Amino acid sequence: MATATLVEEQRATDKTALITGSEAIAVACKLADVDVITAYPIRPYDTVMQYICKLVANGEMDCEYIVAEGEHSQFEIVKHACACGARVFCGSSGVGWMYAMEALTVTPALRIPMVAMVGNRALDDPGAFGVEHNDALTVRDLGWQLVWVDSAQEALDTALIAYRVSEDRRIFLPCAISCDGAFLTHSQALVKIPSQEKVNQFLPRYNRADLQLHPDNPITVAPQGNEDWVMEIRRQNYAAMERVSLVLKEAYADFDRIFGRSYGNPFFEEYETEDADIVLMGMGTLSTPVRVGIRKMRTEGKKVGFVRMRWFRPFAAADLAESLGRFKAVGVIDRDYSFGSPYMSGVLTTEVRSAMYSAPGPKPPVLGFIAGLGGREVTVPDVEKVAGAVYQAAEGKSQPLTQWIGLRE
Amino acid sequence: MGRLYAIEVIYRGIFQKTLATRITRSIVLAAHEEGKQGISFGRYGDSPERNGIPAKGFAIVGDDQKTLEEGMAKYEPKDVDVTIAVDDTLCKGVESWAWYGLQPVNKLLKPGGTLLVTSRQQPEAILQMAHRKETPYDLAIVKGTVSFSGLWVYKDDHTDVRILGAIAKILPGLFSLKSVQKIIVDQWNDPVKAESAARAYERISSVTVQPGQGNPEVPYKFNLPKWHEMGEGIAIPSIPAGTTMEDPATHATGGFRPDRNPTFKKYTTRTMRPVVNFDTCIKCTLCWLQCPDSCFDVTPEGLYDANMQACCGCGVCEAVCPVKECVTMVNETEFEDNASQWEAWRKDKAGYEAWLADKIKSRPERSHGFRYRGQYEEQIPEMLQVAREK
Repeated sequence: MATATLVEEQRATDKTALITGSEAIAVACKLADVDVITAYPIRPYDTVMQYICKLVANGEMDCEYIVAEGEHSQFEIVKHACACGARVFCGSSGVGWMYAMEALTVTPALRIPMVAMVGNRALDDPGAFGVEHNDALTVRDLGWQLVWVDSAQEALDTALIAYRVSEDRRIFLPCAISCDGAFLTHSQALVKIPSQEKVNQFLPRYNRADLQLHPDNPITVAPQGNEDWVMEIRRQNYAAMERVSLVLKEAYADFDRIFGRSYGNPFFEEYETEDADIVLMGMGTLSTPVRVGIRKMRTEGKKVGFVRMRWFRPFAAADLAESLGRFKAVGVIDRDYSFGSPYMSGVLTTEVRSAMYSAPGPKPPVLGFIAGLGGREVTVPDVEKVAGAVYQAAEGKSQPLTQWIGLRE
Repeated sequence: MGRLYAIEVIYRGIFQKTLATRITRSIVLAAHEEGKQGISFGRYGDSPERNGIPAKGFAIVGDDQKTLEEGMAKYEPKDVDVTIAVDDTLCKGVESWAWYGLQPVNKLLKPGGTLLVTSRQQPEAILQMAHRKETPYDLAIVKGTVSFSGLWVYKDDHTDVRILGAIAKILPGLFSLKSVQKIIVDQWNDPVKAESAARAYERISSVTVQPGQGNPEVPYKFNLPKWHEMGEGIAIPSIPAGTTMEDPATHATGGFRPDRNPTFKKYTTRTMRPVVNFDTCIKCTLCWLQCPDSCFDVTPEGLYDANMQACCGCGVCEAVCPVKECVTMVNETEFEDNASQWEAWRKDKAGYEAWLADKIKSRPERSHGFRYRGQYEEQIPEMLQVAREK
């Protein structure tokens, strides 16, 4: 068989590979034909930059690959490249993400559809490599789309969806894909890699149109504005974020049509909820021990379900509240903290309670659980302990609104 | 509810920033001597670090804390008892930033309020500049050379205390001369300044301005776009490069006039403006090259015409021009319009020559900042002398 035909066949065929979540994101960058990538090492995000580096070195990927002198420059460079019309990729972890904060703040305000990967990592101090979600959550109010994935396959697919949605002219907002450090970034799993043809069909070229910085389109970006302008500018971002839900649903429907893989409700995934008395909630890879725990508890006759939040921004409050109203009690497991917040709960718990408050339907009690900080495992017994407390609440028995799980005490 | 007083000070960025603050602070302190409550603040949206840009400071005073709070509910007062223009050229209007439009100096005055101006001009000259207002108000002039100083220094020529003395007369309910003299001595420990306040108190007089009086020009203004009418991404299309100019006499075209920001004109940013002798210009390009605001249009024959839409009156052109009296800075009060000098010259050279000679007589006594060490010390006695003249 002629080499050209072989290459064509490869391009047209899905393959299966044993790769990590980081590698899956790198492969998505290759398939999306990203133009400019900036990197600065910090664990666990650095795995993705290594994999992209390898793709470039092997001649499999053609892009500008720039190693910046720090995260702030790293994010600034792609911000500017993206303003010039380049498809970009960037990422970081923990305090590296925080060091880029100024750049992260201005990116949504300028309507830059940057796609970034956050390898979730505990914020210093103490210096720790393990997962916590507080790093990515720091941008939750700024206009970033935030999504948590729980498998390498979902990481790859979500990266393609993120480009499609972010670069939609109706949106033009950045998107951060959160991957739990170690559990996802460093664990290899079997991943279906779609063909280039299918990706091309799914993902149009990035067209910045009238907002493109180019000598032929002279514009000033980010001038000083006083109180006569800021509120209108914020309102525009509000409108863009409001439109994400619609564009996201379109993208997931198209994804299913082209790749033949359906994610159901894009915003959150339900597991064993049809007949459930109580449900647990969480984001990211803690879904595995929770699902296993649920299967175990179901053998004991306990009808427990699980709702995994995928998209945190935008937050599908009405849908979620309607769904949660079916249960007797809800237990939210946060892999983050929010010291001094209402009832001292984690961020997700607080958001879920807020979503429930204005819901027209029933409002079951919502308990918050802080678990798995700094990369500590959330174990099946932990999950059973959480479910036990939620059952107590379902039966009307008093329970602390925030509980720490898996803590030495 | 007690009585509420609102006073604004319109001043020029950098040169009068400290002066304005001293006035608004002292108003609050003097009123507090009499048991009143007050606040003093600069309008936060201003950028008083821009040369000559019109900016505002306010003093709000109430008979008691509750009354004061009524006045603090709106950050920028919507009407004031007294508007103080510490530079008479500000009477041409206020253009503080893009899209602000040209706002008349007396815009916020309540019916019967007072416009207090520091000037060596007569009321008639002030009313040629200040726009007409629908309700009558009083015009009072604190006679004196307009007080300008630099970014880091303050020129203590008693303008502050003379204005304070005048306010004691204009608004006797706000504070007495005695109270203001006390806080002057408390703050600056200078009995001579307290005397200056008393002298201004005795001499200040005002005339009533009727609705028909004043500059008939209709000030330009803008409607700010709604949020969904604005472009996204905080991106502003550039201003087109520019066009050629047309000779009004021959209709020949050539040269270059850059297009300028249509929403931010600098008509009122100047305290002085350059006038150009086109007959002696050697076309050396220095004014055009050095102007920080690119205000010079290039005429078809290669002369340079200062465009008043863009000129901030800094005087760099005069300083760099190598030809004697080819570019001369003239007091802004001498001009009634912003028309092109070059066009006037092209239409009537003899007439322009006479006009130019007349204008050059009014070289400004003011200076932006100081040019040599000790300049203020030399100027202050003369300024105090002017202040003492009847």
